[in-house]
Amino acid sequence: MAAFAFYLFSGLLLTSGLMVITAKNPVHSVLWLILAFFNAAGLFILLGAEFLAMLLVIVYVGAVAVLFLFVVMMLDIDFKALKRGTMQNLPLGLAVSGVILAELLLIGTGWQPGQGVIVHEALAGPPVGMSNTQWIGSQLYTRYVFVFSMAGLLLLAAMIGAIVLTHRRRVGIKKQDIAVQNARTPAGTLGIGKAGLGQGVDL
Amino acid sequence: MTYTGWFIEQFGQGLGWFLANLTLILAIAFPVMVGVAVAVYADRKIWAAMQMRRGPNVVGPFGILQTFADAAKLFLKETIIPTGASTGVFLLAPMISFTLALVVWAVMPFDAGLVLADLNVGLLYIFAVSSMGVYGIIMSGWASNSKYAFLGGLRSAAQMVSYEVSMGFILVAVMMYAQSLNLSDIVMSQKANVLGILNGNIFNPLLFPMAIIFFITALAETNRPPFDLPEAEAELVAGYQVEYSSMSFALFFLGEYANILFMCALIPTLFLGGWLPPLDWAPLYLIPGFVWFLAKMAFMFFVFAWVKATVPRYRYDQLMRLGWKVFLPLSLFWVVVVSGWLMFTGHFAAVPA
Repeated sequence: MAAFAFYLFSGLLLTSGLMVITAKNPVHSVLWLILAFFNAAGLFILLGAEFLAMLLVIVYVGAVAVLFLFVVMMLDIDFKALKRGTMQNLPLGLAVSGVILAELLLIGTGWQPGQGVIVHEALAGPPVGMSNTQWIGSQLYTRYVFVFSMAGLLLLAAMIGAIVLTHRRRVGIKKQDIAVQNARTPAGTLGIGKAGLGQGVDL
Repeated sequence: MTYTGWFIEQFGQGLGWFLANLTLILAIAFPVMVGVAVAVYADRKIWAAMQMRRGPNVVGPFGILQTFADAAKLFLKETIIPTGASTGVFLLAPMISFTLALVVWAVMPFDAGLVLADLNVGLLYIFAVSSMGVYGIIMSGWASNSKYAFLGGLRSAAQMVSYEVSMGFILVAVMMYAQSLNLSDIVMSQKANVLGILNGNIFNPLLFPMAIIFFITALAETNRPPFDLPEAEAELVAGYQVEYSSMSFALFFLGEYANILFMCALIPTLFLGGWLPPLDWAPLYLIPGFVWFLAKMAFMFFVFAWVKATVPRYRYDQLMRLGWKVFLPLSLFWVVVVSGWLMFTGHFAAVPA
């Protein structure tokens, strides 16, 4: 049963990964990417890491891919120009991917883990009576707290950068200030005047 | 012998397990569908009563079969696929909406031990499935190849993503208080947790504000008034579902109400003590937990319908302001308050070295 599920998930993962790069329509590409994320979450569940699986779905499927889809859907893409670009850049793309493939092969065949890098001893798994999730939390916030904070700071810096790049102060627009609206009282806004016949009121 | 055990004995390991779960899934999905039919009827009746109208009263006694008549009418209509539509995505979108609305019920505990999948990460599962719900809407909006549908889809996606953030923080607060992500554990942690007699997080001053924010967020997540901008009949005709007819429209409609019912079940589970009676008093436990659960669900649905009948629709920028500038800072601050309280009162489980 588990073997069947593994081949199902990994087969679908590879297929959808392939479809991401071969699909003609970019929106379809993103939808295939979502299927790939989803199958990766399935593989995590098979490994017994249900917390990671759920996080993968929440963060990547639920947030990141939605924003991807948002952007891609709004783009007005000229497919012919895109195709021409592909043929022009093909040699460069092939060269870069060739280098990456070579590096991956070198790492996969030549590198022994644990040499030159000091790694922590492998953790054995959650202690009895503790769920997977509690255990991850207790390790992440005690033992790996500095690494965890560094990752958080990295994301914060990225966020600040994005805001600084896109922020602009627009002038000449009317903006609703709800606090000011709520603070209005009849005394400050209402006046009762007498309108004399044929004279109107003085405002 | 357990239910699954009996099936495994009769039909063997694989097939028995499969059949047992299949029957259990049907035993949840079918009542949910009937519940949706009743909920649509109740919604219209409550709404009508608040506007001093009669509501549906022609088909069947008191009009109770009105929903079934509507459903039959929808089934008999023609399925129309627009010429410019992206057919595959167009047909997939309502199925995704409907499936996700049903799948999320798997972890809902209806009574002590009465749950299909008692997941360790039940709360995260709910959050994950509900965050995927946005795809049905965004895909239908894009695939329809219509400006109205596209605008409705974009609005809805932005709205759901925005409110999910504060919803997540509220769930974090509840989860820390219960020390568990398992829904049954969360319910049991509410037993006599306030003054030793009241069952339910909502009676706890620490979590009461979270309960209120969660209720409003749930309205926004399910696209109910006052946050029903994606549909906004007046401006977008019907938003993302404008091009859908017949069964595909019915699937959206059923999915939407199944989601609303689920929220009406989730709020009692997280804040009102689930299947527990409101007071921790022995005679109240004579009433089965399932009855308490249904009663709380019905009450929450009444409140949902009440809100729908009484409030006007939000403007879109006000909706975004409420989500990002009011609820997000408030719920984030409250997570700090709750965790600080738990830390100082020594509530947290012992951390292994």
